[in-house]
Amino acid sequence: MTTLMEFKEVDVHYGPIQALKKVSLTVDEGEIVTMIGANGAGKSTLLMSIFGQPRISSGEIIYRGEDISQKSAHYVASHGLAQSPEGRRIFPSMSVEENLLMGTIPIGMQHADEDMKRMFELFPRLEERRNQRASTMSGGEQQMLAIARALMSRPKLLLLDEPSLGLAPIIVKQIFEILKDVASTGMTIFLVEQNANHALKLADRGYVMVNGEIRLTGTGAELLLNPEVREAYLGGH
Amino acid sequence: MDIVLQQLVNGLTLGSVYGLIAIGYTMVYGIIGMINFAHGDVYMVSAYLTAISIALLTFFGVQSFPFIIFGALVFTIVITGAYGWVIERVAYRPLRNSSRLSVLISAIGMSLILQNYVQLSQGPNQQGVPTLLSGAFRFYVGDGFVQITYMKVMILLIAFTGMAVLTYIIQKTKLGRMCRATQQDRKMASILGIDTDKVISSVFVIGSAMAALAGVLVTLDYGAFDFYIGFIMGIKAFTAAVLGGIGSLPGAMLGGIILGLSESLFAGLVSSDYKDVFSFSLLVLILIIRPSGLLGKPAVEKV
Repeated sequence: MTTLMEFKEVDVHYGPIQALKKVSLTVDEGEIVTMIGANGAGKSTLLMSIFGQPRISSGEIIYRGEDISQKSAHYVASHGLAQSPEGRRIFPSMSVEENLLMGTIPIGMQHADEDMKRMFELFPRLEERRNQRASTMSGGEQQMLAIARALMSRPKLLLLDEPSLGLAPIIVKQIFEILKDVASTGMTIFLVEQNANHALKLADRGYVMVNGEIRLTGTGAELLLNPEVREAYLGGH
Repeated sequence: MDIVLQQLVNGLTLGSVYGLIAIGYTMVYGIIGMINFAHGDVYMVSAYLTAISIALLTFFGVQSFPFIIFGALVFTIVITGAYGWVIERVAYRPLRNSSRLSVLISAIGMSLILQNYVQLSQGPNQQGVPTLLSGAFRFYVGDGFVQITYMKVMILLIAFTGMAVLTYIIQKTKLGRMCRATQQDRKMASILGIDTDKVISSVFVIGSAMAALAGVLVTLDYGAFDFYIGFIMGIKAFTAAVLGGIGSLPGAMLGGIILGLSESLFAGLVSSDYKDVFSFSLLVLILIIRPSGLLGKPAVEKV
């Protein structure tokens, strides 16, 4: 398997505070990799640093053989990386359709109709609301929209930041079912989550982040059984 | 009665001009959260460019009015748009991550530079263009009449066409979606692959082009201009933008028309000497009673 993305000893600082400490990880093509960790562990910082927001202070982020750590966000986005970010960040006063079209910026509009149809099959709720302002939708629908928007750019690597955040358990289950479908198409996914149970079940491999450092790594199944992980993230049962 | 109708017609034309210029204020505010105080002076530059383009066209023997106005519009809009692009590039982009105050000071500096540069290069005296289109429609109302010059009809037609085209671009095209996305969430826009610096540049170009449209129309109608006209026009258009709700595109157009109408009615019915006082009192009132304007959203501090 070829490595798609690799973090090499990445440090990130916010002023005097170090948010990431010598983080190294790899994501291979076709894999689902997850990063679990508590609130404030540095998971979102990690994902955003891929887009240079914030810039890393040392180390390298290699994507398809190229160090992208100093590139602009739009350069990164136009080379096959798409993110459904923390807090979803859909465009509130745009319609669902317009939000989806925003996902096509890196590849142009030629596949827009076909891809939008595909998204509506994957997320039937979005089709019902296609002309509705995105801000009027529920949290779960907004999360689906954020994921669908990221998929509209036909990414080589899909980055997901806590798709379960703030959602009812039944919706979380639905979203993870859909992610499983997406993964079965061969999409490479890097998923950052607090919901360790769902994330580790879906993932081929996982990393555990504590205070900006990678503490543990292993296959999804191994980490699920790891006593430390069970204690900290799975409520000890 | 005829005075009221006459002032309504005058106010509508004046208001459409305010609206065109207010678009530049509101779009720039929407996308980078600053008041571009050099915008009025961009309008002033476009008045000079109009005169230059008319001189050039007549020099090359173009006589027919439609060709002159078309040529003047294209020439002035393109070059004023370039001014907008350069201004953003040299005065605002280097300060993209600085405090709002620095950008504001830079804007005031830019305004002074433009005024002095035009004063030095074109002379401090009032300049003028000849009347190219004369004549008017007259409607008799009771004892008096209402007169609408052909020029005013043209102003209305071109101004509203300009606004309609712009609304279409913002609502329906990819560039428009990119502008709205950048306005709503600049960071997310960049993550989706939008070059937000380019979008901001294009907003300055669009705003300046709209000011240029106003500049051509007013210059052809009014004839006279000097290097200082940008100040009062800029502040009026800014008032219109605030009245409509700064950041809102339909708000700018609506605010322009309301301001134009009320100012003309005040001038016609109360006192034309105090019409500027009236306009600015209106600005003060809005800021006190409804700071978010007619169509604006209540201000939420961007994080």
